Amino acid sequence: MSETELLLSVRNMEKHFPVTKGLLKRQVGAVKAVDGISFDVFKGETLGLVGESGCGKSTTGRLVTRLLEPTAGKVVFEGQDITHMSQGRLRPLRRDMQMIFQDPYSSLNPRHTVGAIVGAPFRIQGVKTEHGVKKAVQDILELVGLNPEHYNRYPHEFSGGQRQRIGIARTLALKPKLIIADEPVSALDVSIQAQVVNLLEDLQNELDLTYVVIAHDLSVVRHISDRVAVMYLGKIVEVADRKRLYNSPMHPYTNALLSAVPVPDPKVRKERERIRLAGDVPSPLNPPPACRFHTRCWKAQEICRTVEPPLEELASGHQVACHFPENAPEVAKETPEAT
Amino acid sequence: MSFLDVKDLKIHFPTDDGLVKSVDGLSFGVERGKTLGIVGESGSGKSVTSLGVLGLHKGGRAKLSGEIWLDGEELISASAEHVRGLRGKKMAMIFQDPLSSMHPFYTVGHQIIEAYRIHHKVTKQVARKHAIDMLGRVGIPEPARRVDSYPHEFSGGMRQRAMIAMALSCDPELLIADEPTTALDVTVQAQILDLMVDLQREFNSALIIITHDLGVVAQVSDDILVMYGGKCVEYGSADDIFYRPEHPYTWGLLGSMPRLDREPTERLLPIKGSPPSLINVPPGCAFHPRCPYAERTDGKADTEVPDLAETEGGHLVRCHMSRTERRTLWETEIKPVLETQ
Repeated sequence: MSETELLLSVRNMEKHFPVTKGLLKRQVGAVKAVDGISFDVFKGETLGLVGESGCGKSTTGRLVTRLLEPTAGKVVFEGQDITHMSQGRLRPLRRDMQMIFQDPYSSLNPRHTVGAIVGAPFRIQGVKTEHGVKKAVQDILELVGLNPEHYNRYPHEFSGGQRQRIGIARTLALKPKLIIADEPVSALDVSIQAQVVNLLEDLQNELDLTYVVIAHDLSVVRHISDRVAVMYLGKIVEVADRKRLYNSPMHPYTNALLSAVPVPDPKVRKERERIRLAGDVPSPLNPPPACRFHTRCWKAQEICRTVEPPLEELASGHQVACHFPENAPEVAKETPEAT
Repeated sequence: MSFLDVKDLKIHFPTDDGLVKSVDGLSFGVERGKTLGIVGESGSGKSVTSLGVLGLHKGGRAKLSGEIWLDGEELISASAEHVRGLRGKKMAMIFQDPLSSMHPFYTVGHQIIEAYRIHHKVTKQVARKHAIDMLGRVGIPEPARRVDSYPHEFSGGMRQRAMIAMALSCDPELLIADEPTTALDVTVQAQILDLMVDLQREFNSALIIITHDLGVVAQVSDDILVMYGGKCVEYGSADDIFYRPEHPYTWGLLGSMPRLDREPTERLLPIKGSPPSLINVPPGCAFHPRCPYAERTDGKADTEVPDLAETEGGHLVRCHMSRTERRTLWETEIKPVLETQ
């Protein structure tokens, strides 16, 4: 895998949803769903985006694919700035950038056959296929492990796992370069989850795809990703390759998240030291100032309430936004003085 | 006899398309102070079981048979009124989705007070004090103020806490939690699981946790029951299920999960196919179309339903393969692959 070629690059991206009040729709505040995040996605890799509900991970996915308009910042895809590109100019680019949605029930039109659903991208993009659209669709259905003879069936005739495969087939129709998968397996049963995860990996190897996988399940993300970014309240708090992030996480929040995942081993519950985080994620309408995690962090000091920690590279390829990172290399950072 | 003893429970629903055997001959027991985890995929009948134990299928279209003994009392033959008197007081339930299981028009406090006053002859003031006390015990900050909040004013985790407070308000001796943490984030899930275990210890109640998450059951259960297609396929202590599982379905579940406590593997080992619909459960062993070892049973798999037989010290398995065959498979084929994860 060559991680040299940059495919997608996001800089200081923000998305604020205005909160209005009264007859005149006066703006009284904003939900800062995504509040200044930057990351890169390289060709052929899988970037996992994890976080709890409300952290802005799904909004990020929609901003990158321009299903939502960013409030500020920049999205560069294959060297082209697509942040404010018009829908007309964006359309040809949509071929290269596709999305897999979470819910295999609501993301497929119940009145269309599988053939129509998976064939739609060809028609919309006006793509000419050698042996006709039907043949192309049937090839893709076979690729994702569906029976090509089911071309004329409707979504309700399929199980949840099969529907998710239909969604994946539609995504793959035009051989995109980048696929944003928003919780691709969370609506599926455990045994089906594994099938879909394996399918995504096989397709990546076969078709040289690049994934951004958005998920809340840390075990699935570890399994599928090369690099992982952890989000908390609209910010990225830590980015590292998978091994580093899971073996020596630096941000206290990442630590807490990892220790909260229940492990399927009865012995472990007695032995494992768990970090219990108090309370819930604060509302993104009114996020805590400076470091947003300070209200739940056991290491928080005065500086965390006043100065926002920047996302800094503390080890090679390992970026953290924290004043008091754990597992940090000794020389990398001096302990900041609390003022 | 255990505190809760369910024997050969069957819950069938007649429908236009045929008889749906949601629960088909299930037996289990739970002692006071112990936790039973019921694991299964969607449509395995796990939630129907819990509603059946609480008597919430009575009077509906469901056909119930078998016996449910709670503290020496049989519930299936008991009158609906009698079961209603027990519900809330002697047994209570925590539902999966706290937002849709609470009434949006009434305050959280009102809903706790209502349940408490049905079972206790006390004044509103006393009941209110009790509600505040309960909310405080489940870790809701400023309970005296929050008691007057509506469910929508609570966050997901707080709502689930309020729901636990409601379920525990009459000190039930049996508590059933149906996917109590599925709707919650991991950090909140950890809080809620800890809370449930702490409260169980304090009240010495019997707890049944129903979930699809093997991680959650491993963390809280003493015994585990694995359901598939309305039947129990494996039943044993937590150690039996995680360290000496003998049913191919349990192996499949363990192989399907990516695990944080082991080095990541290249590939997961999924079960082929998908769970059966309960209206059309495969004949013979319900798992045989998905089972990689089905051909080892000389054609019995698709004609005969295997018995739930004891292999050792309370560990029950429903499989046609012989015990030695299963043991050998586990030791030589399954375990080595799972352990390298």
